Amino acid sequence: MTQPQVQSDSAPVLEVRGLRTHLGPARQPVRAVDGVDLSLRRGETLVLVGESGCGKSMIALSLMRLLPPTGRVVDGEVLLDGRSLLDLPEVAMRRERGGRIGMIFQEPMTSLNPVMTVGRQVAEAVQLHDPAHAGQPRARVLELFRQVGIPDPERRLDEYPHQLSGGMKQRVMIAMALAGRPDVLIADEPTTALDVTIQAQVLDLLRALQRETGMAILLITHDLGVVAEMADRVGVMYAGQLVESGEVGDFFRRPRHPYSRKLFAALPDAGKRDRGLDVIPGMVPPLNQDFPLCRFRDRCEAAQAVCGEAPPPWRGGAADGYRCHLAVDEIRLLHAATPPLRPAAPAADRPLMRARGLQMHFPIRRGVLRRTVGHVRAVDGVDLALYPGRTLALVGESGCGKTTVGKALLQLLRPTGGTVEYDGHELTRLRGEPLRRLRRAFQIIFQDPASSMNPRMLVGDIVAEGMRAQGIGGDRAAQRARVAGLLAQVGLPESAMQRYPHEFSGGQRQRIAIARALAVEPRLIVCDEPTSALDVSVQAQVLNLLKTLQAELGLSYLFITHNIAVVAYLADEVAVMYLGRIVEQGPVGTLLNTPAHPYTEALLRAVPVPDPAHQREVLRLEGDMPSPANPPLGCHFHERCPRAEARCREAYPPQVELAPGHRVACWVAAQGSSMPRMVK
Amino acid sequence: MMGFQPVILATDALIYLLVILALAFAWYTRRHAHLRAPWRRVAASRTAMGALVVIAVYVVIGLLDTLHFRPASGEDAQGHARYASEVQSVLDLLATPLVAHREKTYSAPFATHLYTRETIELPGGGQVRDFPRLKWGGAHLGDPARRAGDIAWRSAAGVALGAAAWLLWMALALRRHPGGWRAWWADPGRAPMRTAAWVWLVVLILAGLVLTLAGVYHILGTDKVGEDVFYQSLKSIRTGLVIGTLTTLVMLPAAILLGIMAGYFRGWVDDVIQYLYTTLSSVPGVLLIAAAVLMMQIYMNNHQDEFNSLTERADLRLLFLCVILGVTSWTSLCRLLRGETLKLRQLEYVQAAQAFGVGHFTTLMRHILPNVMHIVLIVVVLDFSGLVLAEAVLSYINIGVDPNTNSWGNMINSARLELAREPVVWWSLAAAFVFMFVLVLAANLFADVVRDAFDPRLRERS
Repeated sequence: MTQPQVQSDSAPVLEVRGLRTHLGPARQPVRAVDGVDLSLRRGETLVLVGESGCGKSMIALSLMRLLPPTGRVVDGEVLLDGRSLLDLPEVAMRRERGGRIGMIFQEPMTSLNPVMTVGRQVAEAVQLHDPAHAGQPRARVLELFRQVGIPDPERRLDEYPHQLSGGMKQRVMIAMALAGRPDVLIADEPTTALDVTIQAQVLDLLRALQRETGMAILLITHDLGVVAEMADRVGVMYAGQLVESGEVGDFFRRPRHPYSRKLFAALPDAGKRDRGLDVIPGMVPPLNQDFPLCRFRDRCEAAQAVCGEAPPPWRGGAADGYRCHLAVDEIRLLHAATPPLRPAAPAADRPLMRARGLQMHFPIRRGVLRRTVGHVRAVDGVDLALYPGRTLALVGESGCGKTTVGKALLQLLRPTGGTVEYDGHELTRLRGEPLRRLRRAFQIIFQDPASSMNPRMLVGDIVAEGMRAQGIGGDRAAQRARVAGLLAQVGLPESAMQRYPHEFSGGQRQRIAIARALAVEPRLIVCDEPTSALDVSVQAQVLNLLKTLQAELGLSYLFITHNIAVVAYLADEVAVMYLGRIVEQGPVGTLLNTPAHPYTEALLRAVPVPDPAHQREVLRLEGDMPSPANPPLGCHFHERCPRAEARCREAYPPQVELAPGHRVACWVAAQGSSMPRMVK
Repeated sequence: MMGFQPVILATDALIYLLVILALAFAWYTRRHAHLRAPWRRVAASRTAMGALVVIAVYVVIGLLDTLHFRPASGEDAQGHARYASEVQSVLDLLATPLVAHREKTYSAPFATHLYTRETIELPGGGQVRDFPRLKWGGAHLGDPARRAGDIAWRSAAGVALGAAAWLLWMALALRRHPGGWRAWWADPGRAPMRTAAWVWLVVLILAGLVLTLAGVYHILGTDKVGEDVFYQSLKSIRTGLVIGTLTTLVMLPAAILLGIMAGYFRGWVDDVIQYLYTTLSSVPGVLLIAAAVLMMQIYMNNHQDEFNSLTERADLRLLFLCVILGVTSWTSLCRLLRGETLKLRQLEYVQAAQAFGVGHFTTLMRHILPNVMHIVLIVVVLDFSGLVLAEAVLSYINIGVDPNTNSWGNMINSARLELAREPVVWWSLAAAFVFMFVLVLAANLFADVVRDAFDPRLRERS
């Protein structure tokens, strides 16, 4: 193995010069990568960050020569240890790929062949790229599995991908990439599909492997928190170009390019609660055009006359500079452009909607007779109260049942137990017409703006659908006027009514979804991860809109998310879910600053903070969430809990009120508090 | 003046309905961007445009054969026009020489003599056994030995005629094109249209050859009763198209409705519908078809007086065959639609509609149906060629269309015994094969392009 440190004086192991990659027809190509220079030294991590559609992934695919069929590198050089990769014949390139350059992809689910055992898949990579072990790959595969921290590797070797969790699959992918003992590892959003606690594990692993082997890592991400955590150097991509690069510390202390600075300003956090987030107006321009000027000019507040005259020069050195006409102190950005928002409504006495002991058990049927052999306890006794004008955030990792709670509250799934009370009505017992009429009071906004709208309907009809179903809004002309008004309210032009959803960007579609929900004048909106499919700058627009609407209309939100920063920015109260139950619930400040439950603590600590100076003390969670079909006895969390005691294995802890409104279900936390009061 | 009385047979009515539906669909497509886009991809394919020209020629011939009428045959005592009992079509009218030029029995393509020896009375008394001259085929030739030269000359004229017609057509079509035909010819975006133009040239040359040759020769020979095989092949086009399209029309409502209902409602609705199609698809299709067709035959034989003409009777049998083929073939589409609906109902826009309290029927019509139509279209286009071939097979085993109906299956059926003759009578079979092959090949090529254009999964990959 090589020396485990950054050899800053050595020649770069990977060097990219003037890379240009085009996609699509030659007449009007999409210039996905348009003149990018990079250099990467041994033991160093370079992170490329930027919004979707900026060409980050295309750089990785160009380096690996794995471009889609319509793509081609039209110009530039890629040198691996001084040897040009782009000039290699395909046969030789195949040896480099997976040999000296390894790659891991975003989706571990689709990167593994489902009908081969993971051991054999890794063995294949060993046989191809590690001649020393080609004859007996098994020992080497075991070694790799141990290296990437797969527990019980002998058994895992013979398992199929579907038997492994997402985090395990990503470890297998990393093992495969390490099989050829690569000098360079390219990781394209390796943790985006994973939960934060698993993300923390994988990022730790990558860092440990880098220390051990001295490989260089090119990491691609959109998450500034991951950048702070992983990077030695940062490159900011915008519209196919690098717009800024530099050392990670300098970058976070003093970002220079207006785009980088706006990205930071758009991040939600607790400190910005009382005002709107900065937004970057517009969106990334389509790349199928020539850019004679600065690509960011149309969205830039600091743009000046000179920006309309020539393409911006690169200021500073190749490894430390930015692409702008203006010097740093000439760039004037308007921060907090939105006026301060009205503070959230004070807690009312009577909740708008209250769920007690909510249960959603899905039967597991087996055999010819489809007998019920067990239940998936997706939601297993949840108590929630939603107050008018306030936001309750429901936080948890994927599979914990938070989306199911949202749908069960709205009776989109009929709960199998418990009660949901709304305005004196017991919703779980209502059916047919009475329930249909009540539906206008509570609406839902979904995560994926692409699938939440019928692609065959015009936006005008989509927004009007609820009004028509509920028979409100008057005649057709009045409805049209109202739809136009709603679109204006969410910041879209009236002409949007005559267009189809696919003609809009993700953020715009999410605003259409909000307009659609508002059309029936609801009092409560369940927001099911409404911003997790969006880029940071767009997320800021949607969060601002939600916050403004709440202040104007007194809406009550159930905000389902896994993004703690959004919670800190938006929520009044937080409930943390684990395996179908709420483990801790309380006011946002208390819960985020002094979490009582070990799971909450682990979750909060696992979130990467966009500040490289911030040294987080990781509370390592081992393993994955157990299956809700077969929850562990006692406290559901005890198998992964670093503080578990004997009684945690015996009985599920009761809810204890630590402070007014702050309840926790944990034996250890209840014991530690000064005045535990049993509430149940 | 010769009058006529229009006749609309049962299948004619359905064909008109189909044409109206197709036009309505085209009009609807023009107004919806999400439907226009895939058709534009189809239009950008050279294969599809070439195949489309071939299919269009078949469709035009089939439609000409669908316009039925009875010609006036005189006047009755009161001065009212009287009409012939036999129904004719516009195609029959255009092909009058082919109908009229009836020989005694088999003759080979372009023959001047019969295929069988007969006893010929010599003018001067006495008899000789020889191949007699045909009554019509090559009758204009004084000396049969001049046949080769005559055919060559007429072929050249036919090719010239076709080419001239093509040039005229192109000149008219490109009259308005900016930059003239040179620009059109050089434009890479017009490559599919150029392919279509080349295919059109081939079609027109073939038409020219038919015009110059078919009037005086039997270009594909004659069959046992001396009927022109080329005429039979032309008449069979309508039968093939009717089977390929009406069957689908018959089965679509049931397949679509049951499929999306099963997928959307789940529960007992799903169970009943699944049970229905699982049972139905477990019965051998041929058995069901044979039973139904034989029942129909018996009914028709017992109620002969209910039918005005042989044509009407044969037509009803054709329709019935479509229905029974439809009944046996809706299950696969139904199963596909059920699966797709199961996926769609989980989608968030369906749940959003549910959250608004939108009714089930509205949800089905507004959110599910438009989003499964691409599957329907793909299946319809892919099934077409299979059904055309199925007709041939069924007629071959005598449970297909009426023996009086011209169809490729009947042509093959009647030719099968002659294959054992020495020398072999091959032309009926060959003609049926060529006509069917060209249609099915064109339909398959077109179907492949349509599927690629409409299948969203394929689109993501490209």
